[in-house]
Amino acid sequence: MVDTLRDGSLLYLDGVSVTFDGFRALNSLSLVVQRDELQAIIGPNGAGKTTMMDIITGKTRPDTGEVFFEGGIDLTKKDETEIANLGIGRKFQKPTVFGSHTVWDNIELSLKKPRGVFASWFYTRDSADTDRITAILDTVRLTHRKHEFAANLSHGQKQWLEIGMLLAQDPKLLLVDEPVAGMTDSETEETSKLLKEISKHHSVVVVEHDMSFVRDLDCRVTCLAEGAVLAQGSLEHVSSDPLVIERYLGR
Amino acid sequence: MITAKIFEKLGVKAIWVVAILLALAIAVPMSNLLLPVGHPLRVPNYLVPLMGQYLTYATLALALDLVWGYCGILSLGHGAFFALGGYAMGMYLMRQIGTRGVYSNAVLPDFMVFLGWRELPWYWQGFDMFWFAAIMMAFVPGLLAFIFGWFAFRSRVTGVYLSIITQALTYALMLAFFRNDMGFGGNNGLTDFRDILGAPIPAATTRASLFAASAILLALCFILCSLIVRSKLGKVMVAVRDAESRTRFIGYRVENVKLFAFTVSAVMAGLAGALYVPQVGIINPGEFAPANSIEVVIWTAVGGRGTLVGPIIGAIVVNAAKSYFTGTFADLWLFILGGMFVFVTLFMPKGIVGIFTSTWSALQQRRASASAEKGVDTEPPTPPAQKPQPRQSNDAPDGAKPSPAE
Repeated sequence: MVDTLRDGSLLYLDGVSVTFDGFRALNSLSLVVQRDELQAIIGPNGAGKTTMMDIITGKTRPDTGEVFFEGGIDLTKKDETEIANLGIGRKFQKPTVFGSHTVWDNIELSLKKPRGVFASWFYTRDSADTDRITAILDTVRLTHRKHEFAANLSHGQKQWLEIGMLLAQDPKLLLVDEPVAGMTDSETEETSKLLKEISKHHSVVVVEHDMSFVRDLDCRVTCLAEGAVLAQGSLEHVSSDPLVIERYLGR
Repeated sequence: MITAKIFEKLGVKAIWVVAILLALAIAVPMSNLLLPVGHPLRVPNYLVPLMGQYLTYATLALALDLVWGYCGILSLGHGAFFALGGYAMGMYLMRQIGTRGVYSNAVLPDFMVFLGWRELPWYWQGFDMFWFAAIMMAFVPGLLAFIFGWFAFRSRVTGVYLSIITQALTYALMLAFFRNDMGFGGNNGLTDFRDILGAPIPAATTRASLFAASAILLALCFILCSLIVRSKLGKVMVAVRDAESRTRFIGYRVENVKLFAFTVSAVMAGLAGALYVPQVGIINPGEFAPANSIEVVIWTAVGGRGTLVGPIIGAIVVNAAKSYFTGTFADLWLFILGGMFVFVTLFMPKGIVGIFTSTWSALQQRRASASAEKGVDTEPPTPPAQKPQPRQSNDAPDGAKPSPAE
């Protein structure tokens, strides 16, 4: 039973625990992400949301537990680069773009291409790549600023650029950490539309505090607290759960 | 067709720099050799090797800038690669002395006879052949950089910690080369050179050729750096400098990018050192001194790091100042050098080149706004919505400046 769940899933975490200096950041966390699924993760500060992303992307190694990608690939044995190239893209909580590169170059660098030193040295952009970059810039609405240095973008635009970089990577799974922090209401609305659009062909996991944004996403919600899953299901179901109200929403 | 492609890959600026260097490589030797002594345009004899030295220093600074300015690796041990290349050249030059040494030993250099050695150590074999020595000038520094970088970058040593290790590396090499039983002439190093490729080193024609070789080496290194920096690999290097973990999460092998830049840089530094030695006539363990490597960092910072022209200008300006001040106020030089570094760090974070580029773009903007005010220009006035025009210059935004030791 368990194995069929693992084999059919895109991402499978089982009993993952990790401790930092005696603090249990994740406490036997289990979570499954299906293919082409949009899933939102909510929870109070210190619930382990970012630590979970660190474990999936290879930044942190779990003390115990299993992490499998596409059923059979053990992520705990791989490093960040290998995991990125397997098809897991990540957007950080604080928008992280290459400030001294133009918006265009940021996307071009992220484009799914051979990543080797010499492959990069002798890379020349063909028209297919140009079209792809143009299309992505259109999607994230940065076409008019494509020659601008990324450091000069507004906070919201940086968030969008980072989402654009994720799209350029064309990953199978996108981990998106607080995408609407610092965005205006209309930007937030656009972002939820964009993420829903993306989730038609990719799996997306969104960590967010903004409840109206999560409501907009209209997807399965998982609430974490103290490093473990507290409740899972539709937003209505989760937000009516007495434990969730006590530990998270009620505060 | 092919040349047009190469030109496009190099960029206009690089072609200018290379053209100037090649012109120097021809003009300086010609002026020194062909014009009569006392002619106002003649480059005096003492200046030819001195300028040649400056050019090797410029190559060293360029090499450092490739790793520091573009990849964010602040190496405080680049002098070690320079000195290793220099020793490889020195060993070749020692073997060329032959029976003309004090002890007239055809095979052993003087210091080995003096120490009572019977035969040439294994690592001195082959250095009587120039081609072998030439390979070693690039290979030895490159191999050391590769091994060092392999361990350092794989274990993710970055920032100050990496700088300290590179400093320790050059210090350790200095102590090792000071020892007589290392077989590199100990304290005195290698000197009393006679011939290079059969030509007597003190001869004016040899000095002129060495100068030309230094200029050509710098031009070649400049071309190589331009090809790297302007490619996607160069952009990846800057990405590593600005946001290392982001680059990793996009899927680039950061350690390989760094290792490549570091090794290429070390090879360039080694070749520069090799041309430096015959022009100064000596190589000794003092070249490994940590202070030397730090000086290279100052040249690069003064000229403008993160640009390819900057380190060349910086190396030449600082060393010309050094030659002047150590002649007139010898005691003051170190204070001047330190003061220069503090001044540049505080007031000219982008160095001399940065001053020029920002003045240039300010002038451009003033000119643009002046012509817009007149209102008689042919182009239609730009609507204010488009006013924040794309800054396509090299002027990176403030937030993107590489911070020291990061």
